[in-house]
Amino acid sequence: MLRYTLKRLVSLAISLAIASVVIFLAIEILPGDPAANMLGVNAQEDTLAALRDQLGLNGTPWERYSSWIGGMLTGDFGTSYTYRTPVAEMLGERLWISLPLALYALTMSTLIAFPAGIWAASKRGSVADVTVMGVTQIGVAIPNFWFAMLMVLVFAINLRWFSAGGFAGWDAGFFAAMKSLTLPAIALALPQASILARVMRSSLLDTLSEDFVRTARAKGLTRRQALWRHALRNALIPVLTIIGMQFSFLIAGAIIIENVFFLPGLGRMIFQAISSRDLIVVESAVMLLVFGVIVVNFAVEIAYALVDPRLRAR
Amino acid sequence: MNLLRIAGLNLDIHGTPILRDVSLSVDPGQIVGVIGESGSGKSMTAFAVMQLLPNGSAATGRVTLSGHEMLELPERALCKLRGNEVGMVFQEPMTALNPIRSIGQQVAETILIHEDVPKSEAMARAREALNRVELPEDRFPLTRYPHELSGGQRQRVVIAMAIALRPKLLIADEPTTALDVTTQAQILALLTRLVREDGMGMLMITHDLAVVSGMADEIVIMQNGRVVESGPAATLFETMQHPYSKALLAASGHVPDRVDRDGGAPLLEVRGVVRDYRLPRKTLFGAPVVIHAVKGVSFTLERGESLGLVGESGCGKSTLTRAILGLEEVQEGSIRLDGEPVFTGHTANRAVRRRMQVVFQDPYGSFNPRHRVSRLVTEPFHLLDTPPTGAEREAAIDEALISVGLTPADKEKYIHEFSGGQRQRIAIARALIIKPDLIILDEAVSALDVQVRAQILDLLADLSARFGLTYLFISHDLSVVRSITDRVLVMKSGEIVEEGPTERVFDAPRHAYTQELIAAAPKLPEGVA
Repeated sequence: MLRYTLKRLVSLAISLAIASVVIFLAIEILPGDPAANMLGVNAQEDTLAALRDQLGLNGTPWERYSSWIGGMLTGDFGTSYTYRTPVAEMLGERLWISLPLALYALTMSTLIAFPAGIWAASKRGSVADVTVMGVTQIGVAIPNFWFAMLMVLVFAINLRWFSAGGFAGWDAGFFAAMKSLTLPAIALALPQASILARVMRSSLLDTLSEDFVRTARAKGLTRRQALWRHALRNALIPVLTIIGMQFSFLIAGAIIIENVFFLPGLGRMIFQAISSRDLIVVESAVMLLVFGVIVVNFAVEIAYALVDPRLRAR
Repeated sequence: MNLLRIAGLNLDIHGTPILRDVSLSVDPGQIVGVIGESGSGKSMTAFAVMQLLPNGSAATGRVTLSGHEMLELPERALCKLRGNEVGMVFQEPMTALNPIRSIGQQVAETILIHEDVPKSEAMARAREALNRVELPEDRFPLTRYPHELSGGQRQRVVIAMAIALRPKLLIADEPTTALDVTTQAQILALLTRLVREDGMGMLMITHDLAVVSGMADEIVIMQNGRVVESGPAATLFETMQHPYSKALLAASGHVPDRVDRDGGAPLLEVRGVVRDYRLPRKTLFGAPVVIHAVKGVSFTLERGESLGLVGESGCGKSTLTRAILGLEEVQEGSIRLDGEPVFTGHTANRAVRRRMQVVFQDPYGSFNPRHRVSRLVTEPFHLLDTPPTGAEREAAIDEALISVGLTPADKEKYIHEFSGGQRQRIAIARALIIKPDLIILDEAVSALDVQVRAQILDLLADLSARFGLTYLFISHDLSVVRSITDRVLVMKSGEIVEEGPTERVFDAPRHAYTQELIAAAPKLPEGVA
C-alpha cells in the first residue's frame, strides 16, 4: 500500500509539472498584449514598455516561468493586471464559494445516485428500474442552466423560498450561506446524479452476474445479503472513477451556473479575466484548478486501493 | 432413506424445455457421478437441487433433500439449507471467490450466516476447514486474498467454504475441468477423502467419463435433459445398453485412424530458444524480477510428422508457440522453418509466416462476430503478396470449407450460426486456405464435447493424410495427445524434460514428471475403451 501510494505521489508531481508547462505555453502564445489592453489604444510606446517591465512581461520565457512557479510555491500568485490586487487573495475569496458549491453538489449527487442505482439494479426490469432509468435519462438530457432558470422561477420567484441569486457570504452564517448555494448545487447535481445512478446500476448488474455472487448464494446468503456484502464493493470501482471526473467538472465547469445565479465563484472570475486579458489571473486560476483535479484523482486512486486488495499489492 | 431424491423433475426456462423426467438419488456416503455433454442439463439438475435457478425457470416434480421438499420451500427456508445441509463447488475457481475479501472472511461467512457464534469462533472454525482442505496455516493464513492463490488452491478454498458446516450433501459441478491434470488428481482425491470422512453424499457433475469412473459409486448419463442410463459404476461400462451411452464411451477413448509415415526432412527446427520476461520490480530499489518462460528449448519437427507438446499451465508452452509463430521475439536461439528463420532482424518473416497457421482453443472467442465466414476464412490471405481475387478467391473458400466437411453455402453465414464443433472446423478451414506446411493446434480440441472432439480428431487425421500436413499439437490432455501424435515432448518449467515416440513415452515414461503426469491423468477402466 505504501509503495502504491508513493508511486501515485510521484505520478501526481509529474502531472503537475507537465500541466504547469502546458498552461504557461498556452498563455504565452495567446495573442494580445496585456499592457496595451490596460493602457488603451492611445498609449505611448515608452509608457507601455515601462508597464511591461513592471508586470514582468519582459525577461526570457524561462525566467518568467520560473518566477511564476517559484512565486506559486511560496504563496505569491502575482498581482492582477486589471484589479491591481494580489491574485492569491482573489483566488482565496472565490475558492470559498466554488469549493463548497462543488462539494455540496457532489454530496447531493452521490446521495441521490447511490440509492437510486442500487435500487434499480436490485429490482432489474421492475417498475422501479424502469422509473429510475427513465428519470435519469431525462436528467442527463436537460441542460443544467435551463433547469437552473426553471428552479429560480418556481422556488425563488413564485414560492419565494430562496433568493434568485447572489451569495449571502459566510459572515451571514453557515445556514444562510448554504441556503444561497442550494439551488445552484441542485442544478449542478442533477445531471451528475443521473449519470452516476446509471453507472452504479450497470456496474452493480455486471457484478451481480459474477460467479462469486453465485458462490455467496450457494453459501446461503439471500439475494439482498449477496448484493450488499459481495457485489456492492466490487461494483464501486467504475463508480469512483466517475465521481473523480465529476468533481473536476464541478469545480471548473460551474461557469454557467455561477452566471445564472450571480455567484462570485472561480468560474465567473476566470471568464472575466479571460475577457480582459488578465493573464496572470487566468494562469494562476487554471493552475489551481488543475491542481485540484489532479489531487482529486490521486484521492480516487487511493480509494481504489482501499476497495481492491489486488491494487494494494502493486 | 435416500439423502437426495430427484423424481420426475421437469424444468423449463422461459418456456424452453431444459429437463424432462429426471430421476436420480444419492445416499449418505455415496458418490453419484452425472455425466453429459454441454447442454445435457447436468448443471441445471444441480442448480435445481440448490434452487438457484435462473429467472424465468419453472420446475415440476420432486426434489427431496433429507426430508425437505426443495421445490415447495419458500426462499427463506432455502437460504437456511444452502451452505448448511448442502454445499456446492463450482467449475471456475478463478472467479468463484470474491476478489476483495480475504479467504478467512469468506470461509467464516458460511458459518456466520447459519450459526449465531462470535466472529472469533467462526474464524477459528474457518481455519479448521482450511486445514482440512490441506491449506496449512503457515503458508495460507486467513488474511490471504484470492489473487494470491493458484487455481487449485482457490478451488480448495471453495471446497472449504462448502464443507465448513459439514453438510450432508456436496454438489460438485465440473470441479476440476479448469485445472491441470496433476491438480485435478489432487482435488479429486481431496473430495473423495472428505466424502468418506464425513459420510457426505456427493453429486459429481462432469463431462469426463474417466474422472467419475475412478471415484463414483453410481453413474447417471444424461442427454438432452433426460437421464438415458444409470447404474453402479463398477458394472455400468459393461452393461450399458443405450446407444448414446455407448457412443459417449466410444468417443471418450476414440483413436483416429492414422496413416503411418516415415520421417521426412526436418521442417521446423528449434534450437536453444530462450525467452525471459521482466516483471515490474517488487521493491522500490530492488532488481526487476525476471521470469524464465522458455529456457533453452531445442527440437526438430519433421515434415508430415505429428508432434505433441504436453505440459501444465505456466510451463512455457504458450510462449514457445508464440515464438514459433513469429508473434514474439526470442532472446537467444533460433527458430527455422524449412531452413528459413522465423525472424529476420526484429520483424517476423512474412515468407515463413505464410507457411504456418494456428488453430486456437476457444471456438467462440477466436472469430470476429461481425464478419461473414467468407471473410473469416480468408484472413490469412493478407500474408500473401498477391492474394487471389474474384472467382479464384471464391474457389479457394469453397475448397477450404469442403475439405473440413462444411458446404460452400456456409460462407455467407455469420459465426453465431454455428455450433462449437462447426466453429472449430471453420478455424481449421481458415488455417488450410493458404495451404500451409505446418499447422499448430493450440489446445484445439480441449473445449469440445467428447463426441465432437472425436470427429475433429478424425478430420485432422484425414487432412494430414490428404495434404501431407505437419502438426504441432499442444495440449494438456494426455489422452488426446496419445491418440493423434507420433512423437511427444513433455515440457516443465520452460524446459523439455522428456522426448520420444508417443507410445514409448506413455508406456514407459523415463522422467519423474512424465510419470507423475501419466499417473494423474484419469483413466477409463481397463478394457472398456
